[in-house]
Amino acid sequence: MHELGLVNYVVKTVSRVAEENDINRIRSVTLEFGEVSGIVTSYLYSYWNWYTKKFPLLEGAQLKCLEIPAVSWCDDCKISYSTVAYGRTCPKCGGGNTWLLQGNEMNIKEIEGGNDDKRRDA
Amino acid sequence: MEDIKIIEVKRSILEDNDEDADKLREELAAQKTFLLNLMSSPGAGKTTTLLRTIEKLKDELKIGVMEADIDSDVDTRAILGSGVRSIQLHTGGMCHLDADMTRQGLKEIGSEDFDLVILENVGNLVCPAEFDTGAVRNAMILSVPEGDDKPLKYPLMFEIADVVLINKCDTLSVFSDFDTEKVKERIRMRNPKADIYFISAKTGEGIDNWCNWLRKQVAEYKENI
Repeated sequence: MHELGLVNYVVKTVSRVAEENDINRIRSVTLEFGEVSGIVTSYLYSYWNWYTKKFPLLEGAQLKCLEIPAVSWCDDCKISYSTVAYGRTCPKCGGGNTWLLQGNEMNIKEIEGGNDDKRRDA
Repeated sequence: MEDIKIIEVKRSILEDNDEDADKLREELAAQKTFLLNLMSSPGAGKTTTLLRTIEKLKDELKIGVMEADIDSDVDTRAILGSGVRSIQLHTGGMCHLDADMTRQGLKEIGSEDFDLVILENVGNLVCPAEFDTGAVRNAMILSVPEGDDKPLKYPLMFEIADVVLINKCDTLSVFSDFDTEKVKERIRMRNPKADIYFISAKTGEGIDNWCNWLRKQVAEYKENI
């Protein structure tokens, strides 16, 4: 259910960014999620389709989600490895002195849009 | 042809809330009010622990409680019975509170009148960990029947907790596979700084230790602002 809360924040932020950039019609919004951020993207797409109907700015806007791979670091071996494959256990030494380097991000990467009014004026 | 612009945003989705939470902490400091955010899964014993805490501390601190739930006011009524001010916040179906919802609650309860306001967050180990409420400290309760593997399954919750209360310790004889050493190790792996207390809100075991922690946190906060 936290996907709904996140969609709400995405809409707030992109609405502000659109206003600052003189955009009144958003074509697409690209988000980036870490592999272990716990986001279920299928929920995100359904909430997006439902929630954005309330905002003319976002009518028909496409949601794109990119994944950032999860990478962990072993402090003892000074190596990085795939978090999803090995979890918290270092594949080299078998120890647990490991940290997540990347993979829990939830970012708004970019938005794509234009201004309908300006098109009509032109 | 319509001019399509691509705007690089490159912001964390939660950045607005994080900034707002920092602002709320400044507002609370100006009022000298300590806000504690209490989190757990549903049924871990937040309300019972709160009642014990209020009983211990209400003569020395002015305490207010904000109960956040998706619906109903059963918890608020239980807290009101303990003699402190309590209000109910409905999240309108949302699974967590964010900084702005918390600010509205603080305004409604009149937070400037209190030394300590406790926010009982929605019972959930996922979303409340992601959304900073603006609290001065985060406390979370893990109850014995939930199992000692929860720090592995919900790492973020344990990472952001300043204190972890292991509740329902009176049931350790029944849930004998709950390993008290292992659970500490798993919590410390995620968060070496977390203080850990074993309590039973039902029998009162360990409540003194937890209340001493809270008393000290509030006193230090008031001294340093």
